[in-house]
Amino acid sequence: MNVLETIFAPLAYDFFARGLIVATISGALLGLIGVYITLRGMSYIGHGLSHAVFGGFAAAQLFAAQFYVIGAGLWGIASALAINVVSRKQRIGADAAIGVITTGSFALGVALLTKFGSRGPSFDSALFGSILGISTFQIWGLLAVAVLTLLMVVFRYRALMFTTFDPDVADASGVNVSRTDAMLMIVLSLTILATLTVIGVTLVAAMLVIPAVVARMLTNSFSKMLVTSAAIGAGCGFVGMYLSYYAGVPSGTMIVLTGSVVFALALSLRSIRSAVNRRSHTADAQAQSVQGKKMPVTF
Amino acid sequence: MTGTGVGRVILDVANASAGYDEALVLRNVDFHVHEDQFTGIVGPSGAGKTTLLRLLLGVVEPRTGSVTREPDVRVAYVPQLETVNWDFPITVDECVLMARTEQRKLPWASPSEKKKVADVLERLGIADLAHRHIRALSGGQQQRMFIARALLREPNLLLLDEPTSGVDVNTRHDMLHLLSDLHDDGISIVLTTHDLNGMAAHLPHLMCVNGTVVAEGTPAEVITSDVLEHTFGARLEVLQHLGMPIVIDDYAGRPTTVVAS
Repeated sequence: MNVLETIFAPLAYDFFARGLIVATISGALLGLIGVYITLRGMSYIGHGLSHAVFGGFAAAQLFAAQFYVIGAGLWGIASALAINVVSRKQRIGADAAIGVITTGSFALGVALLTKFGSRGPSFDSALFGSILGISTFQIWGLLAVAVLTLLMVVFRYRALMFTTFDPDVADASGVNVSRTDAMLMIVLSLTILATLTVIGVTLVAAMLVIPAVVARMLTNSFSKMLVTSAAIGAGCGFVGMYLSYYAGVPSGTMIVLTGSVVFALALSLRSIRSAVNRRSHTADAQAQSVQGKKMPVTF
Repeated sequence: MTGTGVGRVILDVANASAGYDEALVLRNVDFHVHEDQFTGIVGPSGAGKTTLLRLLLGVVEPRTGSVTREPDVRVAYVPQLETVNWDFPITVDECVLMARTEQRKLPWASPSEKKKVADVLERLGIADLAHRHIRALSGGQQQRMFIARALLREPNLLLLDEPTSGVDVNTRHDMLHLLSDLHDDGISIVLTTHDLNGMAAHLPHLMCVNGTVVAEGTPAEVITSDVLEHTFGARLEVLQHLGMPIVIDDYAGRPTTVVAS
């Protein structure tokens, strides 16, 4: 099988084509939001929220099977806002708030699914992602979340950057920090919900973190980090889907493994570049020393 | 140089108390910020200097008493360098442009914003560093970058938290002269510091704080052994040199050294 066949053969299956679209957009979306999540030191929130949404998914389908996505979304948003409020109470702290609210919700989800079974996606699909049975409604839902996220990133770019970098000064400069934080949490919940189908509850958090961390290694500019992280996320989603198809393992698993390999490569390249720079600086210093010149001091 | 507070009151702190959770950090503070204010707030660590600045800034609400701002007050703030996330992926010009967050929604700078950023960086002598990452600056340059961000707000009140900490003597000297120039341009300035002698040499008005206002006035009025004992809880000797008080650091039995300003 040649390269073109490798790429085009799976596209003959409608389920794969849908999965590829959803995985690529999901990766880009998670990469974009992940920049804010990692820079705010909120990686654990992504992990927690995906578990909270799972609880909502299990509870909602008991009452309205056909609308479980909406129920899970509302549950996720409520959890995100609850974390946001509770974590501001310094005595409790963000990590403890996330631990209590989201693992409680996850435990409820497991209990409900075990007791009553699932009328929507299977237990395993929800945990590890599946490309089977992606509906047109889910694709439109994901596109709607992607457009909403893009609008937020473009039109609240400055406020999001300022509140991420220095919330106190942003507040004093007239930026509504609470509203900006709440908006980010709502979009994060919707993103997790929309991407859960393909990537799975347990693996969504990894795709929030990996592209952003790799992008941070590659650039020192905020705007470039956003674009790079989204591109890496999309690339991992795209490649991961093909690997999933050919390896016969859940899509979320291969998408996250692809991201992990990209991370390892970026880390290695960075280490090599640092070593080369150090050697180059040492050689320059020795040359300057031989010539009796004084080295400029930089910090 | 004026700055002892004879102009119109633009910000008034009246009998205010403030703190975090159940801890009360400041009690019964009265402070009137005038149009021509140039004040240094001094005190030991944990005395409530930063809390007082945050009270003036409006990010901490008074538990009792009040903080009243005139409608035309535009406050800008320069944070303590130790509190900044230096790993944040941001260049100098991106950081300065943050001051225009509420003026324009689009991510990219308008031509007039680009000019304003270039002008303020030029004025502060760091125009050639505009595209550098914020970590790639010296301590003095980092302070100038945050002052540039503050100035882009076109403030009439500038608050600075420890602007002279962590920089060498020359940089500190340059910084205080820069602030003096800004004050001469009509900006009221309030800053916090541990540097008693530096403030005595450059600032017309000092306020000693330790949980409340211990004393305020000119350096000659405030820097006395009695006031410093009330403020720092230790007897410090004060010498007069060319009409200027100099504090001798003989704290806790350490060898005596004169800290030149």
